[in-house]
Amino acid sequence: VTATVPWIVLVPLLGACVAVGFRRLGPALGVASGVAVLAAAAALTRQVFVEGVVRHAVGGWGAPLGIELRADGVGASMVLMTALTAPAITVYAIAYYRDPGGAAKGWRPGPAFWPLWLFLQAALYAVFLSADVFNLYVALEVLTLSAVGLIVLSPELRALSAAMRYLLAAFLGSLGYLFGVALLYAAFGTLDIALLGERLTPGAPAAAALALVTLGLMLKTALFPLHFWLPDAHGNAPAPASAILSALVIKASFYMIVRLWVEVFPAVVSFPAGQMAGGLGALAILWGSLQAIRQHRLKLLVAYSTVSQVGYLFLLLPLAAVPVGGADAAGHAWQRDAWAGGLYHGLSHAFAKASMFMAAGTVMHVLGHDRMEDLLGLARRLPVTVFAFGLSGLTIIGVPPSGGFVAKWLLLRAAVESGQWWWVIVILAGGLLSAGYLFIVLGQALTPPLALTAEPAGPMPAHHTMEWASMALALLALLLGLRAVEALALIEVGTPIAAGPGP
Amino acid sequence: VEFWLPILTLSSSLVPGILIFLLGEEHSRARTVLNLAGAVLKVLFVVLIVLGFERGVEYEARSAFMPGLDLVLRVDPISLLFLALSAALWLTTTVYAIGYLEGSPNRSRFFGFFSLCVTSTVGIALAGNLITFFLFYEMLTITTYPLVVHRETARSHAAGRTYLLYTLAGGIVLLLGIVWVHALAGPVEFASGGVLGEVAETHRDALVGIFALLVVGLGVKAALVPLHGWLPVAMVAPAPVSALLHAVAVVKAGAYGIVRVVYDLYGLELAHSLGVLTPLALLASVTIVYGSIRALSENELKRRLAYSTVSQLSYIVLGTAIFGPVATTGGLVHLVHQGIMKITLFFCAGNFAETLNVHHVHELRGIGQRMPLSTAAFTIAAFGMMGVPPLAGFISKWHLGLGGLETGQSWVLLVMVASSLLNAAYFLPPIAMAWFREPSEAWEPPPGRLETRWTLLAPPLVTAAMVLGAGVFGGWGLSPLGLADTIVDAMYGR
Repeated sequence: VTATVPWIVLVPLLGACVAVGFRRLGPALGVASGVAVLAAAAALTRQVFVEGVVRHAVGGWGAPLGIELRADGVGASMVLMTALTAPAITVYAIAYYRDPGGAAKGWRPGPAFWPLWLFLQAALYAVFLSADVFNLYVALEVLTLSAVGLIVLSPELRALSAAMRYLLAAFLGSLGYLFGVALLYAAFGTLDIALLGERLTPGAPAAAALALVTLGLMLKTALFPLHFWLPDAHGNAPAPASAILSALVIKASFYMIVRLWVEVFPAVVSFPAGQMAGGLGALAILWGSLQAIRQHRLKLLVAYSTVSQVGYLFLLLPLAAVPVGGADAAGHAWQRDAWAGGLYHGLSHAFAKASMFMAAGTVMHVLGHDRMEDLLGLARRLPVTVFAFGLSGLTIIGVPPSGGFVAKWLLLRAAVESGQWWWVIVILAGGLLSAGYLFIVLGQALTPPLALTAEPAGPMPAHHTMEWASMALALLALLLGLRAVEALALIEVGTPIAAGPGP
Repeated sequence: VEFWLPILTLSSSLVPGILIFLLGEEHSRARTVLNLAGAVLKVLFVVLIVLGFERGVEYEARSAFMPGLDLVLRVDPISLLFLALSAALWLTTTVYAIGYLEGSPNRSRFFGFFSLCVTSTVGIALAGNLITFFLFYEMLTITTYPLVVHRETARSHAAGRTYLLYTLAGGIVLLLGIVWVHALAGPVEFASGGVLGEVAETHRDALVGIFALLVVGLGVKAALVPLHGWLPVAMVAPAPVSALLHAVAVVKAGAYGIVRVVYDLYGLELAHSLGVLTPLALLASVTIVYGSIRALSENELKRRLAYSTVSQLSYIVLGTAIFGPVATTGGLVHLVHQGIMKITLFFCAGNFAETLNVHHVHELRGIGQRMPLSTAAFTIAAFGMMGVPPLAGFISKWHLGLGGLETGQSWVLLVMVASSLLNAAYFLPPIAMAWFREPSEAWEPPPGRLETRWTLLAPPLVTAAMVLGAGVFGGWGLSPLGLADTIVDAMYGR
């Protein structure tokens, strides 16, 4: 059974290589790989549930020489999240690229999408399953390069400049991370995460490495004020790429930050460091939502919503990843709440945001634009899309019983129990603000247009696939709220947060 | 312990709601069948629950939501009161809405959300703990929004925004209170007499703060002054929505929540000893008087009724905030009485508007000649509101006033008298005008034998009969008063 783990990475990787050679097979490879990986991810999840943390040495070579893959509950849940989101995006992309309507009419992106998308999936799975910091780096680089490629596949010039900015930011981020890793290797002589965690001692090298790694990855995750590249990149990319970038790609660098903070750096992270990271998260929540409210284009609104939602992820650091009360090694129950809450937010946001970008893409596909003021009467034209957008909005706002509510509930509880009241205010205010920008969209969509525009001649069958693909993910986001017990139990497996006394 | 009946009660509107969305706009007959079947089934299930409850069957459905936190649907006497109210009024409102919206656009969306709205109300009634309550409370907020903006005019969109701003902000304050309760006391479930006794020994100040948060959060929907601003605005919604909104759904959810918090979370004794009841009673009294005064000056009939709701709802809160059995009875019984009276008034106002395009008080002149049955129903409900015996409202006011005297708070009686005078001042002129003045011009003749469509006429007549019945048969064990008495006997250990 152990042998399923490498296939999760290998299947999309092989698919990508074949797709480079046989370009017409792209869609078929995308679907086949999606199905195979989903099955493997399900098997992995089951195995993690039954046996605990899964380790696999590729080719039989263990650490510190070979490549080791490792899946604990968090890793498995991230893999499953990706494996569930990817098929929906694949199906959506098939319909989208078959008939790139709207502004992109006549534009043929070439089949380049498929190899890039498959490479990107392989890189994502590699990030979530890696057990050493250098493999993480390699995977992250592949991820970034294929993500940039996906943005460039747009006919619009502004997408090109956005992609360049993204490339530059991502490159700087990688550089920071790589320097940090080099420092670690020089000081402690290993790249294996577990070994590093054991050997790391407080001091200047460790502190500098922490700062470099964290800043580099924050730049890639687009945490305020390092988010400058995100709205343009996510807002101007082709619809499937926007969904991939916002839902999945930023989660990879975030996942690395939390893993490194709790497994490599616990000896050097401090209360102020956590507060600083959380503070940036809080600013991101407020700034991102306020900007989202001001946007005049739907896709930019959704992109700024991502800026704000990234902020919630970083509240995990001050609440879960930082030792509190000096040498209190036992930890608190609320730290585990916050840990689960932050990661749960990552999972639910992936489904919801992919669904929203797909819905926005459908709108653009059908109307040829996404200007907010011209979305009047949208609900009558694309009821399923508007419904899916609203449904995923519930997770973004955090209305029960969505996955977003579960995440917020856990974070709120942790904030109250730890006495860090300031996060409570930010979390709640962020919910209200996100309701603000989402209901701007829904209000427009529900208002009838002033003059009836001519209906397009004949049905366009591609839309239905696209509409229902986004609906499927919106429902998944809701399901995360209804099946939270199981999902939270998965996250708990092999948790690096020390078990604490009950509340 | 019975598991399925609470689930079935909830599903009897949830499933039709989802099916209606999938059905599409043009299948109006199938939609009507679904709506009525759901509403009738729900009444049937509630009757079964009432009968079972009488025999001592316990109803509870429980499912894990998060580790250590369950979603609980449970039947107790207080939930029975609200449950019966929602089921009965949903049936009448469905009939009314089918008639009212005949031939208008977007009925699929309307009835879909209408069913979800009632599902939330039933969920709120059955909620056995705070988290379940909150889940349905927020679901109610969201599902009511499309109903408020149903007309899609600029005015209704503005109303929808105001409504959302108030209720979402209220929801957030409520959530904060709930999280705080859980942080102090762990997962608590509603139980008669309260469950926070242990926490109170160490965290008295925190409990006062939590109480304030919970009451403010719930007070938005219960339209406590100064959190009532959304309610008069939201009456731009179609008449069946206003009727449901003002009688069972939104406002009642807030009042019911306050009842739950005081009786089943804190417990009356703890709340009394924390000193939070007197401020609550004062707030309620201010709301009662303020709402009535504002109602006086409104010329638009629905706005007058809306301010009357602001005032009448706080009778429930006032009864809850007085620590004595008679007042408790008054508050609980008004939970039902206000619902049946106010829904009748809104049905009738809708009939006047829909049949004769009459929207303002001064246009009611002589309407009793043209629409005698609707006007009669309106008159009965309005007299009930004023507290004329033997109607439902009299029973509420009698208990509230007496309850104030019993606990030595004679100012309550003063509030009752003042409010009744004000009620008379804003209800008697329209009634007198309707019956005793000549119309300014001849009414257009009725379309058939009835004064308006039967679907519009039957619901207010039925609910007006309930207003009368609730008063006359108050002594019966399963009347609202009988149920309230049972609850109070258990609560005060009599």
